[in-house]
Amino acid sequence: MDESIRLFGYWASPFALRVEWTLKLKEVQYEYVEEHLPEKSSLLLQYNPVHKKIPVLVHGGRPVAESLVIMEYIDEVWKNNPILPQDSHERAKARFWAKFADEKCMPSIMKSFVTEGEEEKAKAAEEAREQLKTLENGLEGKRFFGGETIGFVDIAAGWLGIWARLVEEIVDVKLIDAETMPLLRAWFAHFLELETIKECVPPWDKLLEHSRGFHKKLTAPATT
Amino acid sequence: MADEVILLDFWASPFGMRVRIALEEKGVKYEYREQDLRNKSSLLLQMNPVHKKIPVLIHNGKPVSESLIVVQYVDEVWKDKGPLLPSDPYERAQARFWADFVDMKIYGLGSKTWQTKGEEQEAAKKELIECLKLLEKELGDKPYFGGETLGYVDVTLVPFYTWFYAYEKEGNFSIETECPKLIEWANRCLQKESVSKSLVDREKVYGFILELKKRRGIE
Repeated sequence: MDESIRLFGYWASPFALRVEWTLKLKEVQYEYVEEHLPEKSSLLLQYNPVHKKIPVLVHGGRPVAESLVIMEYIDEVWKNNPILPQDSHERAKARFWAKFADEKCMPSIMKSFVTEGEEEKAKAAEEAREQLKTLENGLEGKRFFGGETIGFVDIAAGWLGIWARLVEEIVDVKLIDAETMPLLRAWFAHFLELETIKECVPPWDKLLEHSRGFHKKLTAPATT
Repeated sequence: MADEVILLDFWASPFGMRVRIALEEKGVKYEYREQDLRNKSSLLLQMNPVHKKIPVLIHNGKPVSESLIVVQYVDEVWKDKGPLLPSDPYERAQARFWADFVDMKIYGLGSKTWQTKGEEQEAAKKELIECLKLLEKELGDKPYFGGETLGYVDVTLVPFYTWFYAYEKEGNFSIETECPKLIEWANRCLQKESVSKSLVDREKVYGFILELKKRRGIE
């Protein structure tokens, strides 16, 4: 029976990173396959015909796509170091905050990344800070969203700490404000200090260079 | 100790309908509380302070929001009856994938069919049909997305059937002509009491859309 585990990813993708963090936390051996985006391999198109995106986890030849779906799959197959809580209400809360991070925090940070004009940029950054402040409420004063150890939301939202710092540096805005969101700032620091987490994050200057390139592309004047 | 289950909902919401179906499938006794979305109750604002939206399930005083998260919660708590997600992890992942696909595409594209005109509307209609065809393909020869019984994806998608009529009237196209198997599936779902009790009349939904258009000044 084919039990091989392959992860199709892209080095700079936060979504692939989530899956790597989850696999590493569970001590699962896997083969990483780098997709050279924007080129897409025929294997990727075969394994994710609907969205044609990474990450895709292929377990015993069977593909699973969409990072949060993959995370829940891994949690159900490999039961050590569970990332979702046992209690149903706590599970619902975890899914809620992971969704909030994706649907509200990520896009609002992206908006402050691409908005031009000082006034508009300041307004976009203010909105992003509001979403991050709301996310802080989800921590409920705990060290991690998962409690004393990291869980589903920490892994899903952890990238925001890295992304926010990149955006702050490239477009010169303040996003993770130590004064107004001290707990969130502390959480990002604790999360990114963990060995399992640290060892998967690409080098800062590589990420910075990549993000600068990304910024140039996104803010290039539209060609008619 | 008896469970206290309250659902804060809005009659026309496809997201609310998902939760209604799930509760009915599980035979859960619950209190339905219709919300006025133009004048939100303090209970709604207290129970869903982040999004201030329905549906919200309040189970013994504790709130759960975001319709698919609520459906999964109901499936987990009342696990002895009418399981919605399969037991195999890979099958569960597939069900979650397709439910996520429905969430990502159907409501947004459907809304564009009545909120926009011209090229934007045509593009939305085209993409909506493409997405529905993909879902039809995924359904295949099975009676339900869940296989022999109603499952997670069925519950996620079937409420939109009540909005198809409005999309068709406004967009001047026929979903049934393009996706006959999907409409067959929807009618099959409606044979189930949990679904027929939870879904609303499509003419009423159409009337609601027209009222919304007037209110928002959409031509």
